[in-house]
Amino acid sequence: MRKRKKRKSIEDCILDVIIYSILIFLAVATFYPMWYVLVASFSSGSYIASQELLIWPGEFNVEAYRLTFQHPLLMRSFGNSLMVLAIGLPINIVLTVLAGYFMASTTKVYWKKPIIYMILFTMFFNGGLVPNYLNVRDLGIYNTIWALVLPGALSVYNANICKTAMEAIPYSLHESAYLDGASDLKVLFKIVLPLMKPTMAVLLLYYGVAHWNAWFNASIYIRDKWKLPAQNILRAVLLENSSLAESVGDNYNAYADAMQYAAIIIITVPIVCVYPFLQKHFAKGVMIGAVKG
Amino acid sequence: MLSYKTIVKDFKKNKLIYLMILPVVVYLILFCYKPMYGIIIAFQRFRPGLGIEGSPWIGLDNFVRFFKDINFWRVVRNTFTISFLNILFTFPAPILLALLLNEVQCSWFKRTVQTITYLPHFIAMVVVCGLIHQFCQSDGLINDIVAFFGGERANLLIQTKMFYPIYIISGIWKEIGWSSIIYLATLAGIDQEQYEAAKIDGASRLQQMRYITFPGLMPTISMLLILKMGQVLNIGMEKILLLYTELTYDVADVISTYVYRKGLLDADYSYSTAIGLFNSIVNIVFLVSANKISKKLGQSGLF
Repeated sequence: MRKRKKRKSIEDCILDVIIYSILIFLAVATFYPMWYVLVASFSSGSYIASQELLIWPGEFNVEAYRLTFQHPLLMRSFGNSLMVLAIGLPINIVLTVLAGYFMASTTKVYWKKPIIYMILFTMFFNGGLVPNYLNVRDLGIYNTIWALVLPGALSVYNANICKTAMEAIPYSLHESAYLDGASDLKVLFKIVLPLMKPTMAVLLLYYGVAHWNAWFNASIYIRDKWKLPAQNILRAVLLENSSLAESVGDNYNAYADAMQYAAIIIITVPIVCVYPFLQKHFAKGVMIGAVKG
Repeated sequence: MLSYKTIVKDFKKNKLIYLMILPVVVYLILFCYKPMYGIIIAFQRFRPGLGIEGSPWIGLDNFVRFFKDINFWRVVRNTFTISFLNILFTFPAPILLALLLNEVQCSWFKRTVQTITYLPHFIAMVVVCGLIHQFCQSDGLINDIVAFFGGERANLLIQTKMFYPIYIISGIWKEIGWSSIIYLATLAGIDQEQYEAAKIDGASRLQQMRYITFPGLMPTISMLLILKMGQVLNIGMEKILLLYTELTYDVADVISTYVYRKGLLDADYSYSTAIGLFNSIVNIVFLVSANKISKKLGQSGLF
């Protein structure tokens, strides 16, 4: 935004060179691992092993993707992950919007403060690992999809983002609606929510990415491997050395490496796809979240 | 004031608002407050068959056991070490990135760097750790580079001395861009006239960075630093669980991972809950003190 100087001094030029080189190095260092995975997923196993630095796919093929898409457990796990999104996101959004609306509302309600404290307290203190685990078993949702959806369904941090966005809406709008006899539910749906679509997009992104990338809860709450979400299968493949290739067929060991990378790409592509659409909202969402709750 | 009548009247008048917050309250009770009640097994010798009501009470025995545990110092030391390294390296990295990006006038270049560095924030921890795993193997990418410069190949993840560098560098890789957003937003709010005035006075760009940009960032930096200080004992376990092996427990095992192993792998429920409770209480003490300090220094506190 600063105006470009007409003539640059030598000192400025040197500074520019240093700054640009650091940033280029950083960008390349950040980008290369992702690029490596993409390239490796399209290369043959022998090519990956033979290369010092993968820059471009060698012996280009999509065999790894074909095989990965045939892998029954992995495909099932993708279905499970989508299921978690389909059930989880609506619950997340409803709870977040309701909590946000309650905290932002200016109506005088007797139990308002206690309820707000009740919501905020969970930010600073929680039962901890074992009590939460026993609670899930107690409630009878162990080894079901509900164990992945319900614990942590309301993020107070996100509710605060929601609340801040709601507070930014001029109160006169609510007031005139109340005067027309509108109820809070109507105000919420007809006035508040339509005015905060960008915030809703940010919330969907946060919750969606959190669900999609989650693995820990499934690792403790889900025992049946056919119910596991994709990240957990990926974890077994990448970190516990269970080979994807073996379960597809005996002759595919040559593709074991490439299949790992293909699985990573398949699992990460949905996120990379929504990323550009939401990027413009990032700064806003982050700023709101940073302001004290 | 607190009469039965006012309460009933209030409920009647604000029926809909209470109805709207009801799902949230029910949810919080079932999934946050009920587990909090479950913390009392920290003072029991809990057996699932007997339940909370039937299990014998043993007072503070579990806590005493933790302080005498041979792993006590190891997990406390590692937790502090990792936090300290995070504050030393992971924390300043996005500040530097924001300062550098702020000096870039070419907007497409700036946007490209931002887009690339924000992206890893959204990549799953499992994927990041899987890649670390791949790259650190003796025939992996990092060893290829080491070998290229004439070094020895070795599996890096099983070496205790390599754990912290791997943890910290991958942490910076993942979050540097995302964490810089807040600093960039702060920088966008700095009054441009200050720069004009500085230029007229003949300040070089370095001097402008030093005397205008950096002081402009200071309130944000100190707020976030205090926040970080409040979470010194709060190390996320996911990444460590995915990266450590028995060979690196000596440097990598932290309180939260110990709670996990004791509680869910050894099914030592009461003991694990006691360690977790100890950790939570220390966390709160840190957070409240950090908040106090923040207010003393004239910064706005968290609460």
